This record gives sequence, C-alpha cells and structure tokens, in this order.
Amino acid sequence: MKRSSSVAVGLTVSLALAVALGVGVGGAEVSVVDVFRALVGLESADRGITVGLRLPRVIMALLVGGGLAVSGAGFQSLLRNPLAEPYILGISSGAALGAVAVITFGWVAAASWGLPVVAFAGSIFALLLIFGFASASRAVMDVKVLLLAGVAVSAFFGSVIALMMTLAEGSAAQRALLWMMGSVANSSWNEVLIVATYTIPATLGLLGCARALNLLAIGEETAHHLGASVERMKRIVLLLSALIAASGVAFVGIIGFVGLVMPHVVRMVVVADNRVLLPIVFLAGANFLVFADLLARTVISPTELPIGVVTAVVGVPVFLILLRRSG
Amino acid sequence: MGVGVKFETAGVHLTYPGSPVPALAGVSTSAEGGGFKAVAGPNGCGKTTLLRVMLGLLTPDKGEALLDGRRIEEWEPRRRAQAVGVVTQREAFPFPLTVRGLVGMGRYPHLGPLQAERPTDRKEVEAAMAECGLTGFADRDVATLSGGELQLARIARALAQRPKALALDEPSASLDLHHRMRIFRLLRRKADEGRTVIVVVHDLELAARFADEALLLKAGKVVADGPPAEVMRTDRLSDLYDWPVAVSRESESGMLRVTALEGDPACDDRQAELVDGSD
Repeated sequence: MKRSSSVAVGLTVSLALAVALGVGVGGAEVSVVDVFRALVGLESADRGITVGLRLPRVIMALLVGGGLAVSGAGFQSLLRNPLAEPYILGISSGAALGAVAVITFGWVAAASWGLPVVAFAGSIFALLLIFGFASASRAVMDVKVLLLAGVAVSAFFGSVIALMMTLAEGSAAQRALLWMMGSVANSSWNEVLIVATYTIPATLGLLGCARALNLLAIGEETAHHLGASVERMKRIVLLLSALIAASGVAFVGIIGFVGLVMPHVVRMVVVADNRVLLPIVFLAGANFLVFADLLARTVISPTELPIGVVTAVVGVPVFLILLRRSG
Repeated sequence: MGVGVKFETAGVHLTYPGSPVPALAGVSTSAEGGGFKAVAGPNGCGKTTLLRVMLGLLTPDKGEALLDGRRIEEWEPRRRAQAVGVVTQREAFPFPLTVRGLVGMGRYPHLGPLQAERPTDRKEVEAAMAECGLTGFADRDVATLSGGELQLARIARALAQRPKALALDEPSASLDLHHRMRIFRLLRRKADEGRTVIVVVHDLELAARFADEALLLKAGKVVADGPPAEVMRTDRLSDLYDWPVAVSRESESGMLRVTALEGDPACDDRQAELVDGSD
C-alpha cells in the first residue's frame, strides 16, 4: 500500500510536469511563466496558443492515454488474457472501417464532426456484432468466443479497409493511413469534452467493479462461488471498457501499445490488484501519451511524427527490459 | 444443527447441450450441518455436475436444488457466498497474485463494491491462512507454490468467507500423503464444528475414513447413499468401477481397505467369481 501510494503521487507530479511541458513546448516557444499565467486564466500574449491550441491537445492525450490503459486492464481481466487490449474486440477495426470509408469516398467534406461520428458508429457496430456471436446461443456470454470472434471480425474489416485503400486515390489513401496511425493534433475543446464525458464516468465505473474484476481474472466459476454476479459484471466491464476505447479512437485514431502494455508495466512494477492498479494505470497511461505526444512533435520539428510510432519506439524497449527483469 | 446449512436435491435431471446422454438422471440427496458427505464414482459419472447444480452454477432441466429450503438460484449471490465456500477442481492465474491477495478474495461477499477492508476482514484472512499453515507464505506469488500449498491457499480462501458449508471438488486428487491428510483432517474438524462439508473424492479409503456419508454415483444415477461402511461393499464397488475390487476392514484400526484386484472382469470371468466370493 505504501509503495503504491508513493507511485501514485510520483505519477501525478510527473503528469503535471508533462502537461506544463506539453503546453510550453512547440513551434512557438512559450515561457513557463506564461504557461502558468495562461493556465490560471491571467491574460497573456500567448493565451491563444496555449489555451486554444496546445492545452486541448495535451488534455486529449492525457484522457486517451489514461483511458486506453484502463480499458486494456479491463479487457485483460474480463478475457483472462494477458494479450487482450482495448482494440481486441473490433473497436479499432470498426472505427477504421468507418473512418477510411468517410475519407476515401470523400464524405468528409460534409461536416468536420462526420468522421468521429462514423468512426464511433463503426466501433459500436463491430462490438455488437462480436457480442452477438458470443451470446447468441445461451444466456451466458462466452469470453472465448468473444475473443475469437473479435479476431475474426477485425481481420475481415481489415481486408475491407485494405480494399478501400487500394481503390482510393493517392491523397485520400495517404490521409486514411495517417488517421489510422493516430494523432492528437488539432483536438478542440469540444472534442476533449466529448471524450471526457465517456472516459471519466466509465473509468470511475470500472473502478467500482475492481473487486469483481479481480475475481473474473481467476475464472468465472470461482467468481460465481465467491458471490460475484458474473454475467452482469462481464457485460458491465465489456461496455465500460469498450466505450472508453471507442470514444478515444473516434477522435484520435488508433494509438496502439498503450492499452496492451501499461497494465502489464503497472502489474510488474507496482501491483496486480485492480483496486490499486486501475487508478495507477490511468495515471501511467496519461503520462505516457502526453510525453509521447511531446516527443512526436518536437523530435523532428516542425514535422510531426505519428504518435503511435513514438509509443511503440519508446515503449517497446522499456517494456521488454522490464519483462526480462521480472522474468 | 447450529452453524451448518442444508443442501437438498430432488429428482435432478441435467443433460449438457449436444450430449447424447444425461449427466444427471434423477439425483436426490441431501447433506446437513455437522455432516461430512463424500461423493464418489467413476470419471464422468456426474459428481462435478451434481456439485455445480447444488451450488447454483448449473440449472437442472428437471428437479430442484435447495439450500436451506430455498431454491439455490434464488439466493442473492453474495448471501450464497457467505453461506457456502467452494474449492473447484482448478483455476488459472493469468496475472500475478500473492497468497494473501488470493485468500483476501474470500472477503468479497462480506464487502460492498467500494468498501475498503475492515480490520475484521484482515483478521479473518490472517486466521484462515494460519489455519491452513500458510502464514509464512502470505507474500509469495501463487505461481511459485507447490500443488499442495496452492490447494491449501484455495481452501484458506474458502475459510475466509466464514461459510456455514464447504464444498470441494477433488481437493486432494494430485497431492501427497501429507497434504491429503492435512486437508481431510481440516475438513473433518470443520464438520465437527457443525458446518456442512461436501467433498467429491476418488480416494475411497479417505472417504470411508473421514466422511459420515458416501454418495455413490454411476452414469448420473445414485447407486448408494449412506454411511461408508454400509455403502462400500465389494460387489457394489466392483460393479460401480467395472473392475474387481476387494473391500476389507483392518482388524486393529477398523479402517476400510479398498483394493483393486488384477485383471479385467470383461475378459476374465474367473477373476470376477473370485471377487464375488471374497465379501
């Protein structure tokens, strides 16, 4: 308990630092004093850049990073599978199918909010399809079928996406590819608000299920005998984890690695008990993505790297080192 | 009967979807507080299925399972888990977990979703670990335990539920002599304290030694249900297992001995005659 609280405090401090850096660093340098003045609402020459452009982007990275990490932890416990991640049940491929269709068919001109709406609808469509497969025959939702149907549906959507990209013209295919690699750039306050509306209540909801998640992770039969309402819990966890992931994907595209690896890192370094793991993993994921975004737009500035590339290039070696040390 | 609860099943039929034969074909039995009931029979005879029906994990096609007179599926899940602690055949641990964490899960039915563990919960967990001789193992990861230690930890979790009944499915199937004796002595003590104990077990001598009643199942039907000494007879056991068996009683200790004889009765009738004559 002592260790986990100090980790939580450390991550909170580091997150505050990351947010300040994220707002301060960029194409136009803004001094620390100005960042602070802008954040607390005082007038400043750079208020437009910080509050209007950079702050929503940084908060988006924070919410999506934290959300994906929590969502990944939820899916791993629900599916009892260390390889599970937020996109495993077709949420990313469904969103990508919608987004790529919008981009390659040129529908995007219709409205700027059209793309996230279609992407979100795609996620939910894929999820419902997979859920339908897993609970078609009985009152019991079979997580093994859930997992397999998820992989199958994702593969199918993937090939439809590939087909659309092949048939699309060069610039549209390029834009579709960029969308799929994910980016928090150009996030508006409205978008941040929408993502927060899903992510924050769903994260708190999962935290409320933390004890039941611990039981589900060691098997549904044992969870039943220990007094969990297994079927209800499974559906709640599925819904909450999926909503977090889908709302993030709709606005920032597919950012891999965070949701798969953050829960493992926290389990290895701190604790596996979901009651402690979930809040810490949110902080860890938020830290990770805010710093990754910072790197993405500063390493070869003014060109921005796709954030998904940074999460993998920085994250994978760290993860592998931890894996080796704990193994 | 004090702290125990009463399990009853009446005419339970259950066929798994896609299976040509019923797993249970009209099973009626009961177990009460202070009693130790062993459930035995060949692999696939319906022992585990019966236990699952009794514990509300499976709903029978016909008949009913009652816990203290109420249908088991009507019990609120947490109330049911306060009444009955269960140790299933096996479980998987995909993520790291300490022994204390595992045993602490036994407090789930006593706590609200957001309620922190109270001092009493921590005391119950420590007491359950101590009772199973696990105090020195509290901070070990369950993945590092031996089979016997892990089984004791899972039993400690069931004890941490402070249940009125314990139900265990082959708790000592792959364990050494020391752990077998330890587990069955512990279960006997729980029955003597007035709790209801139901154990699925393959070791008939252990069943005869510790249980008050033995329920023998074959192909989903009750073959016999009563005190082990009356139930476990040479002809019956030979028939139950399709193998010649000799049942004897040790003159000094009075303990029942079940010995499987040589030979397959299907291809050697003389062996079968020998068995019939040895009772």
